[in-house]
Amino acid sequence: MSDEGFDEWLHAFVADDGYYVECGNGHGHLPPRRVCPDCGSTEFSEEELPESGVVETITTVHVPAPAFEADAPYDTAVVDFGPARITGIVVDAEPGTVEIGDEVAADVGASETTGKDVLVLRPV
Amino acid sequence: MSGVRVAGVGLTHFGSHPERTGRDLFAEAALAAKEDAGVPLSDVEQLNVGNFAGPLSEGQGHLAPLLAEAAGLTCPATRYEEACASAGVAVREGVRTVRSGEADVVLAGGVERMTNHDTPEVTESLAIAADELFEVRAGVTFPAAYALMATAYAESFDVEEDDLKRDLANVASKNHDNAIPNEYAQYQRELSVEQALDAPPVAEPLGLFDCCPITDGASAIFLVSEAYAAEHDLGAEVAVVGTGQGSDRMALQDRDHLARTPAADDAAAMAYDDAGIDAGDVDVAEVHDCFTIAEVLAIESLGFYDPGEGLGAARRGETRADGDLPINLSGGLKAKGHPVGATGGSQIAEMTRLLRGDHPNSDNVEDAEVGVTHNAGGTVASAVVHVLEVAE
Repeated sequence: MSDEGFDEWLHAFVADDGYYVECGNGHGHLPPRRVCPDCGSTEFSEEELPESGVVETITTVHVPAPAFEADAPYDTAVVDFGPARITGIVVDAEPGTVEIGDEVAADVGASETTGKDVLVLRPV
Repeated sequence: MSGVRVAGVGLTHFGSHPERTGRDLFAEAALAAKEDAGVPLSDVEQLNVGNFAGPLSEGQGHLAPLLAEAAGLTCPATRYEEACASAGVAVREGVRTVRSGEADVVLAGGVERMTNHDTPEVTESLAIAADELFEVRAGVTFPAAYALMATAYAESFDVEEDDLKRDLANVASKNHDNAIPNEYAQYQRELSVEQALDAPPVAEPLGLFDCCPITDGASAIFLVSEAYAAEHDLGAEVAVVGTGQGSDRMALQDRDHLARTPAADDAAAMAYDDAGIDAGDVDVAEVHDCFTIAEVLAIESLGFYDPGEGLGAARRGETRADGDLPINLSGGLKAKGHPVGATGGSQIAEMTRLLRGDHPNSDNVEDAEVGVTHNAGGTVASAVVHVLEVAE
């Protein structure tokens, strides 16, 4: 199954071309969007996402859903990239070691359980 | 506009009943509500039933006519789904229907069958109440989502992790204490603060006893017009005087603040305005403590505490059974149990019993006149608040 808009957005991180969509009034969101939930604007452009963002909150998951069974324990974080926030799984760091305020970059990795593409966050 | 009375309430035991079908659970609750109300089933003009995961847990869609049939009803029937707020919405729409004069008798409630699947499968089905693309695919489970909120709360209000965990353990311990005398509760047993703190982690900082259990159960409420109650000489001394609902962005990442629940702020403001009360008038509340941090966020959204001040309420004793504002005298979702699609109706049933004086914990709120229920869906992307009052 493909998810138009989302799939292109996710895979852009592979080529370091991560982006967000910005409405006519400057509100940043993740695609697909037709209407800005902040202001109702229907004009959007793709804009380059900053290369790294700051961890705003994080948890170490010990009891996963079946789709991440082999990945646990893992850290999931919500990261502020400025114009938009992104949620992803932290890789390249021991679970529980990345903290609020740390800088991370977004990339695409694979779930150890299913092999499916996952948005991952790497400490920078 | 017609006033709305709660003529009767019915509950199944909340617990592990893996062999029982959803239809059987709901029929038991509906018949219990009928007995409590003294209203014949033939007078029911509409069934509103909440259910979240029936299509996943039982392979059963199109639930409402099936549940009407199971309960012996022939009226129009509709299923409402707003995740864990499903029954809250079902009750709210029932209240609005009776108020509008379109019906004198509405049966509202909900049902969920959960323990017929193992924990990983239930974890997966509950996660569909989060944003599938941006959260579930990033490994966010429901405990993880609330853990992200708990961590953000501690960061926002400068709380040390150990203090956060201890205050949350106090919420769990309090709600277990409240559940002990409640015959409908899944866990009628004590949980000490130390036991809660020693539990294995689920999604840090939340441990096993910060999380509500997986529960089977059903709830049913007879909502009637004041005129119907008077004409049939029903006791029905509890009135639903306020109803409110709010929505928020689905994914946490799209919210202005990760440690607040503005959908519940909005639902509370709407319900209080509807009832002509403010937060200070509330004597007792049942709130949606699917995780211990959720109770903290709820009592802040309901205006009982300023943001950042609700965390220590259970530890300080203020929200305990003998405190100034008892919260979750039923045991809450944490200890009474959380059959997802039934919970919003269960809260109304428990509050009605508390205000009528026939709840095992009613003695703690003998003089209570105003009770509030707070039912939330997902990470509070949906919230429903009701105000109940002793009418006479």
